[in-house]
Amino acid sequence: MKILVCISPVPDTTAKIAFTDNNTQFATSGVTMIINPYDEWYALVRALELKEAGIATAVHLVTVGKAEAEPIIRKALALGGDEAFRIDSDSNDPSHTASEIAAFAQGSSYDLILTGKESIDYNNGIVGGMIAELLDANYIGFATRLDLNGNTATVSREIEGGEEVDEASLPLVLSCQKGMAEARIPNMRGIMAARTKPLKVVPASGAASLSEIVHYELPPAKTGVKLFTEDQVDELVQALHSEAKVI
Amino acid sequence: MSVIVFAEHSDGVFKKKSLEAVQYATGIAQATGSTTTAVVLGPMPEAQLNELGKYGAAKVLHLADERLDHFAIRAAAKAIIAAANQEAAKVLVFTHDVTGRMIAARVAARLKAGLVAGAVALPDLSQGFVVRKGVFAGKAFADVKLNSEVKVIALTPNTFPLKPGAGTPAIESLSVTFDDKDFSVKATATNKVSGAVPLSEAELVVSGGRGMKGPENWGILEDLAAALGASLACSRPVADSHWRPHHEHVGQTGGTIRPNLYIAVGISGAIQHLAGVNGSKTIVVINKDPEAPFFKAADYGIVGDAMTVVPKLTEAVKKFKAS
Ligand SMILES: Cc1cc2nc3c(=O)[nH]c(=O)nc-3n(C[C@H](O)[C@H](O)[C@H](O)COP(=O)(O)OP(=O)(O)OC[C@H]3O[C@@H](n4cnc5c(N)ncnc54)[C@H](O)[C@@H]3O)c2cc1C
Ligand SMILES: Nc1ncnc2c1ncn2[C@@H]1O[C@H](COP(=O)(O)O)[C@@H](O)[C@H]1O
Repeated sequence: MKILVCISPVPDTTAKIAFTDNNTQFATSGVTMIINPYDEWYALVRALELKEAGIATAVHLVTVGKAEAEPIIRKALALGGDEAFRIDSDSNDPSHTASEIAAFAQGSSYDLILTGKESIDYNNGIVGGMIAELLDANYIGFATRLDLNGNTATVSREIEGGEEVDEASLPLVLSCQKGMAEARIPNMRGIMAARTKPLKVVPASGAASLSEIVHYELPPAKTGVKLFTEDQVDELVQALHSEAKVI
Repeated sequence: MSVIVFAEHSDGVFKKKSLEAVQYATGIAQATGSTTTAVVLGPMPEAQLNELGKYGAAKVLHLADERLDHFAIRAAAKAIIAAANQEAAKVLVFTHDVTGRMIAARVAARLKAGLVAGAVALPDLSQGFVVRKGVFAGKAFADVKLNSEVKVIALTPNTFPLKPGAGTPAIESLSVTFDDKDFSVKATATNKVSGAVPLSEAELVVSGGRGMKGPENWGILEDLAAALGASLACSRPVADSHWRPHHEHVGQTGGTIRPNLYIAVGISGAIQHLAGVNGSKTIVVINKDPEAPFFKAADYGIVGDAMTVVPKLTEAVKKFKAS
């Protein structure tokens, strides 16, 4: 039972969002990069739990990115995992990312590929589904629980206004979110061990980028809050009706 | 050639966001000299299918196979790909929600189509095919240029108001040959939280934070929500302390919502909370601390104690509704 966990480096949630080059590039200076929280807390930790339970034999990590991504993948290795792979390519097109990961996974017979529910920078939530289609595998998105019994996975997933329990056979691609596992903090032993774990650079397969970001824009700044006193609730309701037009 | 749109329904009723997607697809069809074909999966009465004409669908391709009633993602993707091939579609539209994204990802990968997930505007066709989407949890927008021949867009729900018109679509049945693999993910149980509109679809939301002090005080928020016809949400510590169920938790680790009105009561406005709600059209903050960061992100605010302000606001809403 081999598991592949997809790790996406993203700007820290509290990072200031700014753009350069005439609003065509995200300004990375002074921005701390982190492991995409969904990949770390849910996908990776659940994979590690399955290994600790003796169900998985190997946990591999993969990221599509340039050399700057390596400190992030080392951080992920400090939590656990046996080997990491960096596919040497840079694109913010999800089709490109998915094609590169699928091409990498193709020959390696992973039984389970775990992604986060979405990357907190581009908020797509689609790379996992694309990988599944390209590998002709089953896919369950937005999963909150995963149990394995031989070749069968039992998965809970979010649906509109509730939850569904699914059963699917492996190989399976799963996008993971809250509920799947509890966040862990890397310990000193893990950090030391990560330094010597293999991190291999894999050449990109040359998948096409089907989309490109041509321009960024910040939303118009709020013009400032209009304050009412608690005795002006009628005025607030009027403003919501005639000014904001929301009631 | 037509624009294909996937129109999801539940229990025989189209979701509002599906109608919005049909209307959006029609906007693209008009701009590209094409027509809208909606794909409907699972049994649905003809009278209901006609409803899609009001939002611009010229044709409805209906696959009444009841195995599709309950969400089989692979089969659904296969059906939509068949429809796209049949119609020689160059643009496909989905809703940017749980189901829509799962299907759109498979369809886009199969058709080698570029995908914009989370669109908030119609495509700009002046320099290629450029679609604006939200990025960084609503903190910015990105204009994404699609360079592939076939293009897939997942529309963020509640971006455009519905404007129903007249129109009756041609209804045709869609036939697709499935194999076992298409149904190889099997649902064994569903637990729906009954009652109010799902949070992601709600136009009006009343949300409470740690400032509410405890679950016993939620009655005043429930009354306000009832007076407005709003759904309830909460901050993460509220759900973590089991004051409220987890599906009501919004923010970076919870749901992302874009209602027309978000009323935040006793919530400080931490960046991780804002990440889930700052796409709301209008934000009202009620907080006893004038320095609470949420006021910076708000349109309207009241500095005061929730326990007295909220009941007053509820009365004002009731008075307004009755007038
Ligand atoms: C990685 C990460 C992810 C996170 N994800 C989320 C997320 O998804 N969603 C989320 O919400 N949080 C999230 N958080 C937590 C977030 O940082 C805040 O801690 C949280 O949002 C605070 O919740 P709160 O505003 O309800 O509570 P507090 O910060 O304690 O604020 C309570 C507010 O109530 C006000 N108040 C107190 N009494 C009254 C009264 N009587 N009347 C009126 N106002 C009153 C206070 O002035 C204060 O502003 C995350 C944190 C991290 C680190
Ligand atoms: N560059 C990348 N390298 C590896 N995995 C990625 C990359 N981008 C996205 N993913 C994975 O795909 C998931 C969904 O990303 P997205 O569809 O971009 O929101 C993330 O949570 C990651 O697990």
